[in-house]
Amino acid sequence: MLAFIIRRVGQSILVLLIVGLVAFSMFRFVGDPIDNMLGQERTIEDVERLRTQLGLDQPFPVQYFKFLEGAVQGNFGVSYRQGRPVAEILMERAPATLELAAVSGLLAIIAGIALGVFTAIRRNGFAAHTIMAASLVGVSLPTFLIGILLIYLFSVELGWLPSFGRGETVSIGDWWTTGFLTQSGIKALILPAITLGLYQMTLIMRLVRSEMLEVLRQDYIRFARARGLRDRVVNFRHALKNTMVPVVTVIGLQLGSIIAFAIITETVFQWPGVGLLFINAIQFVDIPVMAAYLMLISVMFVGINLIVDILYVFIDPRLRVDRKGGH
Amino acid sequence: MTTPVLSIRNLSVEIPTRQGIVKPVDGVSYDISEGEILGVVGESGAGKSMAGNAVIGLLNAPAHISGGEIWLNGVRIDPLKGEEMRKLRGKEIGMIFQDPLTSLNPLLTVGDQLAETMLTHLPISRKEAAERAVAALEEVGIPGAAERIDSYPHEFSGGMRQRVVIALALCAEPSLVIADEPTTALDVSVQAQIISLLKRLCRERGTAVMLITHDMGVIAEAADRVAVMYAGRLAELGNVRDVLTQPRHPYTHGLMASTPLASEGQKRLHQIPGAMPRLQHMPNGCAFHPRCPKVQKRCSHDPLPPMAEGRAACWSPLLAEAVE
Ligand SMILES: Nc1ncnc2c1ncn2[C@@H]1O[C@H](COP(=O)(O)OP(=O)(O)OP(=O)(O)O)[C@@H](O)[C@H]1O
Ligand SMILES: [Mg+2]
Repeated sequence: MLAFIIRRVGQSILVLLIVGLVAFSMFRFVGDPIDNMLGQERTIEDVERLRTQLGLDQPFPVQYFKFLEGAVQGNFGVSYRQGRPVAEILMERAPATLELAAVSGLLAIIAGIALGVFTAIRRNGFAAHTIMAASLVGVSLPTFLIGILLIYLFSVELGWLPSFGRGETVSIGDWWTTGFLTQSGIKALILPAITLGLYQMTLIMRLVRSEMLEVLRQDYIRFARARGLRDRVVNFRHALKNTMVPVVTVIGLQLGSIIAFAIITETVFQWPGVGLLFINAIQFVDIPVMAAYLMLISVMFVGINLIVDILYVFIDPRLRVDRKGGH
Repeated sequence: MTTPVLSIRNLSVEIPTRQGIVKPVDGVSYDISEGEILGVVGESGAGKSMAGNAVIGLLNAPAHISGGEIWLNGVRIDPLKGEEMRKLRGKEIGMIFQDPLTSLNPLLTVGDQLAETMLTHLPISRKEAAERAVAALEEVGIPGAAERIDSYPHEFSGGMRQRVVIALALCAEPSLVIADEPTTALDVSVQAQIISLLKRLCRERGTAVMLITHDMGVIAEAADRVAVMYAGRLAELGNVRDVLTQPRHPYTHGLMASTPLASEGQKRLHQIPGAMPRLQHMPNGCAFHPRCPKVQKRCSHDPLPPMAEGRAACWSPLLAEAVE
């Protein structure tokens, strides 16, 4: 088990290095940050001085290495636009994104699994058919459109919920701010969370349903029924648990994409998170911010992957190779 | 006469299909008494499993019981629905499936699966259930049962898994066990062990057994009586010795001649010409008449003669004196 984890962590670090390299080399095509930073009345000397100051005159591998060196120590340089350390800006923005992603993720997982199980067990019922049909809409509508529709319905027409921002927030500790503790914060969270979670929820639901239908056909389910176990036990203890083996992987990956997809939702709702920060950074060619954001996202994806692999082993005893007592 | 454990009367199962209603089980009657093993034989598709599934109430929709009666220990059970029937499953009727590799839930230890079954049916505590689970494994001959109780199914060999399946089917002490080809998926070397285990356990407890199989060797080894099925109907019913050595129905005769019985050492296996009719195209009269070497005129239109113990559903049985 330990050897397995160490091997997977090693692989993860390699993946991160490669992602970092690819991302970093792409920035050179986004534009020249100097153009944005200096106004119209600039001299060649100004440009050269700034270029040297930012280290942009150095060869690419050197720039990348310096970036990595700083990143390992939690130092992502200084934002070109705001002139403040990137780490500080990210820390400021992270709570908004994390809270949004957590609520969306929970919503997607809980509702997705519950609806998936329901539609599998009652597969011929009217309710199940209706839910399946509705879920097609959820899968096919683009996120921004869902956001705009929700805003139109609940903010513009009904006026129940705010259409942008995070509402009032409360500071906890040195740098965490939460929207969970105020009424306006919670209200502001509802529409973005639904927008962000809906797609993942429908995906999880459809996956859980099809996996569960497959499991319900298995011999061991028939045998469980033949042993007279209660329906609840057969459906949940036997069928759902087996369903979760393949589903866990997908859920893990979906959670990763929730944070990545947050860019769109944050833009639609002007949610002050890291996604919105990234969009603004692109417009300004704020390389340190972009690099830090992409690194964080990849760390998260890789980390989630790792956790999923380990969870997998916990759920499925067949993967526990180093168990003793085999035959 | 004591009431038999299982008594099936004129049981029919229907499946509505696009080509009309088919009857995979059609007017089957037999009894199984306490401690008795009834072998059910017949070609693939004869309706053996359907009949077994009907008894335990596990017919897959749209198949359903369309006629007849099923009595268990003097109580009629075919009209029972959902929850009432569930309480009988495992408790009064145990079932053993063909493939031990797929019959056990891969994610639960064998101890958990035994305990959950007993806790469902018996008024015992968790601790007692855990103790009895070990005892149940011991009884089916799993060495080191106390240590193996926390093992997962994949940690056992096929033969050992079938022992676990038997322990599971018997752990709530049902009065009837339906074993649907319990050895077909196993190595030849362990088949005999499994059969003798099943035989021993059921004898000890007086459990009635419906033993569904293709294997005449298994029948000869384990069964007390034999029911021969053909195209959903009972062809012959009788004492195992009589049926194996003096079959009355030409189909049973063909079936015997086409199975290699070690004791007889036949040189060439006989084959019944033709194939069993598809359920959608059942011939009139006797379903076997198109393949029958002794076919008579009346076989193609007259309804079959009534069936009883020691009889064959045939107008020209091989032992003429059997028909009065
Ligand atoms: N859904 C269905 N629609 C139509 N016919 C069906 C359906 N399910 C089963 N049958 C038919 O019912 C008949 C009885 O099947 P059953 O499984 O009882 O046979 P069996 O005697 O157990 O055969 P085997 O020895 O292969 O297990 C078969 O001829 C099969 O083709
Ligand atoms: Mg069968």
